[in-house]
Amino acid sequence: MTTRLELSPPPQHYLNWSYTARSWLLSTDHKRIGILYLLSITFFFFIGGAFAVLIRLELMTPAGDLVHSETYNRLFTAHGVIMIFFFLIPSIPAVLGNFLIPLMIGARDLAFPKLNLLSWYIFLAGAAFTMAAVFSGGVDTGWTFYAPYSSVYSNSAVMLTGIGVFITGFSSILTGLNFIVTIHTLRAPGLTWFRLPLFVWAHYATSLIMVLGTPVLAITVALLALERLFGVGVFDPRIGGDPILFQHLFWFYSHPAVYIMILPGMGVVSEIVACFSRKRVFGYSAIALASLAIAVLGFLVWGHHMFVSGQSAYASNIFSILSFLVAIPSAIKVFNWTATFYRGSIAYDTPMLYAFGFIGLFTMGGLTGLFLATLAVDVHVHDTYFIVAHFHYIMVGGMVMAYMGGLHFWWPKITGRMYPEGWAKFAALVIFIGFNLTFFPQFVLGYLGMPRRYHVYPDEFQVLNVMSSAGASILGVGYLIPMIYFVWSIRHAPVASSNPWRAAGLEWQTPSPPPADNFPETPVVETEAYPYSEMEVEVVDV
Amino acid sequence: MSEQALAHHFDTIEEQKEASSLGMWVFLVTEVMFFGGVFTAYAIYRHDYFNAFAAASHHLDIALGGINTAVLLTSSLTMVLAVNAAASGSRKALLGFLALTAVLGCVFLGIKAIEYGHKFEDGLFPGPGFRFEGPLARNAELFYIFYFSMTGLHALHMVIGVGLLAWLLALSRRGTFRPGYYTPVEVVGLYWHFVDVIWIFLFPILYLVGRHHGP
Repeated sequence: MTTRLELSPPPQHYLNWSYTARSWLLSTDHKRIGILYLLSITFFFFIGGAFAVLIRLELMTPAGDLVHSETYNRLFTAHGVIMIFFFLIPSIPAVLGNFLIPLMIGARDLAFPKLNLLSWYIFLAGAAFTMAAVFSGGVDTGWTFYAPYSSVYSNSAVMLTGIGVFITGFSSILTGLNFIVTIHTLRAPGLTWFRLPLFVWAHYATSLIMVLGTPVLAITVALLALERLFGVGVFDPRIGGDPILFQHLFWFYSHPAVYIMILPGMGVVSEIVACFSRKRVFGYSAIALASLAIAVLGFLVWGHHMFVSGQSAYASNIFSILSFLVAIPSAIKVFNWTATFYRGSIAYDTPMLYAFGFIGLFTMGGLTGLFLATLAVDVHVHDTYFIVAHFHYIMVGGMVMAYMGGLHFWWPKITGRMYPEGWAKFAALVIFIGFNLTFFPQFVLGYLGMPRRYHVYPDEFQVLNVMSSAGASILGVGYLIPMIYFVWSIRHAPVASSNPWRAAGLEWQTPSPPPADNFPETPVVETEAYPYSEMEVEVVDV
Repeated sequence: MSEQALAHHFDTIEEQKEASSLGMWVFLVTEVMFFGGVFTAYAIYRHDYFNAFAAASHHLDIALGGINTAVLLTSSLTMVLAVNAAASGSRKALLGFLALTAVLGCVFLGIKAIEYGHKFEDGLFPGPGFRFEGPLARNAELFYIFYFSMTGLHALHMVIGVGLLAWLLALSRRGTFRPGYYTPVEVVGLYWHFVDVIWIFLFPILYLVGRHHGP
């Protein structure tokens, strides 16, 4: 005998109102576009990762026994180009930012929904060119495309890659423009600037960099293309051109781009730290303004990439001092997060583990950045594995940790399902161990003098390189585990409530997954961000 | 009203208008940075190779450049009048001024094409066919790379602008705009003036500066 339960039809939300390919590929819903970005950048993450695997395999032995030096150049270039332009830059902004910014500010969509969809297609078009380049022989210039090697001498697919990077830049510009206008014009009633979640502040600062920096990269790559196509160009020394000018223009974008790759992560960490400490973020306005300070100062430090390029000593001194200044707003953030823990009631859920990982690893990456900003030390470690370790601590230890933390934190909101907590904690631990084993030895290698971008090295470096490769394989497993359980969770994990973390923030006040229009009615905001202390009191009262 | 003017995610038409014009302003900021890169490079080389750049700029046609400047400035005036006509709802004037702006834009492009033609004939286009008398030839080629890339980039923006004007003409023939809703006219107006301003910088730094120096 069976009892039939009367089931009401499941509520309609942004995922189930239509299942057609058209409803996805032509969607102007910021949430669906966020998912489209999630799928595409996950794909590029694993492609970029595959190149890293080949690099680490080659470096297991001192001799160049797996690939030729030319092939090796193409491997690290493909790894860098794909990871930077097609994973890290879009990662948190285009996936989580796209999905969450309208929800967090109580809006029904971004200001320009069609532009948002267009930016995804532009992204794919850029990716298609770059992938065509990578798989039709590859590029060997490094992701920095230094002229005149890239413009005159290299025999590889520089043009295709350049076109890819140029096109993708416009995707990033449009995303930034959309965020800026959205945050200015679509905040819910009562949501003043200093009530905005810090995630939104971080994305505002990121968008400023995208909008101000990316066009300079575009024009630089365009000039490079001109030089390569017509055999004449502005960086060509034969007609009086200056290759150093290329480096100036390139780093004018590409150094601030580093902050495109870390500021959104800081935004994610601020949300997680507040929620799992059950406290308002300590020094809210200091963190908000520090994001802007990083965006501004980030534009004034590009010369620290050129200390040994023939830049004047006077300029180098100025750039060195300015680079030190960036440490101040970064440290303000780290200190304030730490102060938020103080007397908080801390819960060790997976997002919080990633936030802890972020804070520790970002601090190491940031402090070693100060070594590199110091003129004399930089001469010693320039172009060695020290710098490789430094920026991987920021990019992977920082941004990827924050991205993973954010994915876990908002997974219930995005998919309406929880993830398996036990497996997730295990994976976070594996990633942390794998990461450190991969990249810490590289600090030592660099300090001992192993240069980057070579596929052969002296015998005495082998132990550390084998350690690094072993760590990389652990790290790879660490990334595969979430891949598996996230996919599994979509059908099999427990259904998430609208607010499983008892978190503050407007995105938690709408069902999981949210309806297509986000909110049944426009919310009105009456409190500061992160009113966790008031929320705890309410619970006690009940 | 033939088209629903208010998109679903805005509450009021004012909010939507504010978003559109802010969007265009931010876009123009990206354009400033885009042109800024090549202006910076030009400024640096002009400083490094002053004599060569001055000598090279002597071969630019100051009369045609001057006429073009006048044409473009006039087109900015007709653009303002078009926005004004849209605001006051006089459709005939709007159509007329939009068309006039587009025609002036085309005149500019035509004169530019004639100028380019002369440069090709004189062997001043950079590359294997570049011919320039005297010891400064090497760096003069650099000047012409900048001349062609900067004015070419500007001309590309003009072509896009004329396309946008054609789109506006089609919309206003259908009667889309009314005094309460003419945001596209205003936003394209911003773009048109910006392209105009770029020329206001290009003309003196390419044609005029340092003209009284050199050979």
